[in-house]
Amino acid sequence: MSESVAELTSGTGAALPLGAYSRPKGGGGWRDWVTTVDHKKIGILYGATALFFFGIGGLEALLIRLQLATPNGTVVGADLYNQIYTMHGVTMVFLVIMPMAAAFANYLLPLQIGARDVAFPRLNALSFWIFLAGGLFLNCAWLVGDAPDGGWFAYAPNTGVTFSPGHGMDFYAIGLQIAGIASLISAMNLIVTVLNMRAPGMTLFKMPVFTWMILVVQFLLLFAVPVITVALFLLMFDRNFGANFFNPEMGADPLLWQHLFWIFGHPEVYILVLPSFGIVSEVIPTFSRKPIFGYEFMVFSGIAIGFLGWGVWAHHMFVSGIGPISVGAFTLSTMFIAVPTGVKILNWMATMWGGKIRLNSAMLFATGVVSMFTIGGLSGVTHSLSPSDTQQTDTYYIVAHFHYVIFGGALLGFFAGFYFWWPKVFGHKLGETLGKWNFWLMIVGFNMTFGPMHILGLNGMSRRIDTYSPGFGFEFWNLFATLGVFVIAFGVMCFVANVILSARRARGLPPEPPDPWDARSPEWFSPNPTPVHNFDEVLEVSSLDEFWHRKWTTDEDGKVVRRATAAEVCHTGDAVGVHLPSPSYWPVVLAAGLPLIGFGLLYNLWICVPGTLMVLGSIYAWVFEPPDDPDGPFGEGHGHGEDPAEEPPGEREVASVE
Amino acid sequence: MNTDTADATHIKHEHPSDAKYVQIALLLAAITAAEVATYFVDVGPILIPALMVMMVVKFFYVAAWFMHLKFDSVVFTRFFVTGLILATAVYCIALTVFEFWSKG
Amino acid sequence: MARIRPRNPLARERWLPLSSEAHAAHDTTTGISNNKLLMWVFLGSECLLFGGLISAYLVNRSRFHTGPAPGDIFDIPFTSVSSFVLLMSSLTMVLALSALQRGDIRNNRIWLLTTALLGSLFIGGQVYEFTSFLREGLGYTTSPFSSAFFTLTGFHGIHVSVGIVMLMSLAISSYRGTLTQKNAETVEIVGLYWHFVDVVWIFIFTVIYLVPSPTS
Repeated sequence: MSESVAELTSGTGAALPLGAYSRPKGGGGWRDWVTTVDHKKIGILYGATALFFFGIGGLEALLIRLQLATPNGTVVGADLYNQIYTMHGVTMVFLVIMPMAAAFANYLLPLQIGARDVAFPRLNALSFWIFLAGGLFLNCAWLVGDAPDGGWFAYAPNTGVTFSPGHGMDFYAIGLQIAGIASLISAMNLIVTVLNMRAPGMTLFKMPVFTWMILVVQFLLLFAVPVITVALFLLMFDRNFGANFFNPEMGADPLLWQHLFWIFGHPEVYILVLPSFGIVSEVIPTFSRKPIFGYEFMVFSGIAIGFLGWGVWAHHMFVSGIGPISVGAFTLSTMFIAVPTGVKILNWMATMWGGKIRLNSAMLFATGVVSMFTIGGLSGVTHSLSPSDTQQTDTYYIVAHFHYVIFGGALLGFFAGFYFWWPKVFGHKLGETLGKWNFWLMIVGFNMTFGPMHILGLNGMSRRIDTYSPGFGFEFWNLFATLGVFVIAFGVMCFVANVILSARRARGLPPEPPDPWDARSPEWFSPNPTPVHNFDEVLEVSSLDEFWHRKWTTDEDGKVVRRATAAEVCHTGDAVGVHLPSPSYWPVVLAAGLPLIGFGLLYNLWICVPGTLMVLGSIYAWVFEPPDDPDGPFGEGHGHGEDPAEEPPGEREVASVE
Repeated sequence: MNTDTADATHIKHEHPSDAKYVQIALLLAAITAAEVATYFVDVGPILIPALMVMMVVKFFYVAAWFMHLKFDSVVFTRFFVTGLILATAVYCIALTVFEFWSKG
Repeated sequence: MARIRPRNPLARERWLPLSSEAHAAHDTTTGISNNKLLMWVFLGSECLLFGGLISAYLVNRSRFHTGPAPGDIFDIPFTSVSSFVLLMSSLTMVLALSALQRGDIRNNRIWLLTTALLGSLFIGGQVYEFTSFLREGLGYTTSPFSSAFFTLTGFHGIHVSVGIVMLMSLAISSYRGTLTQKNAETVEIVGLYWHFVDVVWIFIFTVIYLVPSPTS
């Protein structure tokens, strides 16, 4: 490892402007993780980082609930409260749910389409490091004591310099722009991967539902992230360069911010929940021993949600004065979008109906998603009607709604995914007893906290307030809700304990045999944990649920009969000489330059200079760095599982090996 | 890796000749001249429709010929057109909510 | 353990940018190249970016309570000339690609440099336009109209400048002998970006300049 670093600085070609430097060698240790371009490691990095930010966001939630447990609370002052609830929202949305989805997508998508990696492995690494840079930059605001305080939605002109004079909203604008770059790059990468790197025979309509949902999410990201980028640029220019986009004193209309934010913001909520819908669509069929009911409907409803989600954004603005015609139009469009989501709920239930249900932890969480999201969806339908929304908006009823869909929908789905795919990623299962404690504590605590908020909201408790006066009837349910948070916290601690204890129990034992769940989709072809080269041989796909159909078939009477055991069908994982994309230093270096530019914009423009140099230099180094070493442990990447033995020697034209 | 043989999945690449490209460029120049002429000559109420039509025609020729969409896989066209239509629809709706068409 | 060392430290054919060693088109499921698809996917998202900036301008174009109005300050003849220059740069770009596809390295280089030159002329025109607006009292912070105008055209100008940097990088590769016929796809991809930036200007020129603007 150190020899590669030495080569970088004093290699044979150091005198040449474009240098003769080598790619890092990989092989374990922290340097391996920092330079990795392996989609599986990147997935794990995303997951671990998202869990870390989940802890931070959870602490922020705890502080919110402690402050609101009693009327006239004194736990935090109003100013700090604004920062806490803003950062809670920003952290949970951008630094937990989105990257957690990216974790699952990165790890599983190439495996589910039978590929060796994504289309652009270095860009993939770059996405992670830029996300981390953005998340750390945002949270630096806490260190300087000036966190964003305008809500996660950052309405102008409140977030302009007049009403938010500190640096808080600058951290918001710049931090989210950095994180947005990560999402955009990742979206482009995964779209090309799904289109171009599927195994032979895998048509789009033979892909697993999870892959489809991720694909729809990438399209949503591709088109939505530029919109919030525009909004954040305009906010940044208003705050730092005196522009007048949102300044009513100069005649501007601050509503421009709301439109731009919510044109992004509404597709964003589907970005948040569709990955979990995909996870649930894998878990439920597996533990019902039935194929997903209505595969085409599941795919088309996902596409429909992605498509319709663009036409509903102003339902977040029903009371902002856009006028009755606009309000009516968006009421109609919002009512329509409940339909494809309802299709999914019904299809999941139909999948379970008549199936042989195994109610393990993964399945419990998946059914939790179906039930909790239904509740959140129903409250959502009540919001779609603008007359009722006019009463509900800006109350705790809305807070209840979005926590039911995001926590109950997206987050519980991720936990289902943890329990389901943990053996695939780490080679051992998570414990079932602790898993059930994890589930029940979380779901009970979650309903304790957010269920009463429906009542509080309809009784008139306003949202985004740091405290409330006694005598309005809010006391009981607020205290109850705060107790619920502790129950959730215990549930999360069960998960953490489960992770640690399961790892400890598995130490020294052989890894989990392949296909621990008798599953259906292609990622289970490989042994556990997934070997670095994914599959031993090219997957030839002839149907949906290809893995299942290799093991099971139906006889003349229509009965399902065993055709082969998992051991016979699965790969052994001991293929050698497989060429993989080489690691690279440049993603992490490039990503590190971005927060420097951010700090420069905040404090001193000179700091932008090293940041810009790091970014530009990395781009050039990246473009001109040598392609994969064909003779090293990592070679020329052939992302879709070509037989490496067939590669003609003439391909290795670039460098010879001494 | 057969870098030389074109197999069945390979898209047949026609390339317009340089002369053709110059022709397209002259067409674009002529349309631009017509557009600029509207600044000097009063054409009445057809001004904005005419400008829109000329803009779309120029857009089409650059995209179809210079960006090679006419000869390439339809997948590229789909991506680009999806982005275009989505942007146009979403932002036109936003402008409508701002009453842009009536109040400018 | 095997290590990469170049055959000859002075050899020029070592580093092949982007496309030649990347997945060739017929390796992929759809038959189209990964790199080219990536650029088109990116251009799809750029439509939303520029659409947002253009909408932010349109919403603000009549908000000029301080400072000049667009109808008073735009110099259509001048902008027409710079628009024409950018339009012709698309022609030279496609001629550069066509030359390289034929293996004509020298003409490829000439047309690449010409495209960069025309792009620089366009930027020069923008700089002149901005400074003359400044002299006439339209600064960045003057009014919502001014902020929106300079932001939109500024973003476009940055995109053009990035394109010029890419073109110059290609030209330098060409001088070093590393930009050959088999790298034509790289030039094609840079060309796609360049044409897109031109196409955005076609839109901006019509909608912002030619469509009559409010006057004071």
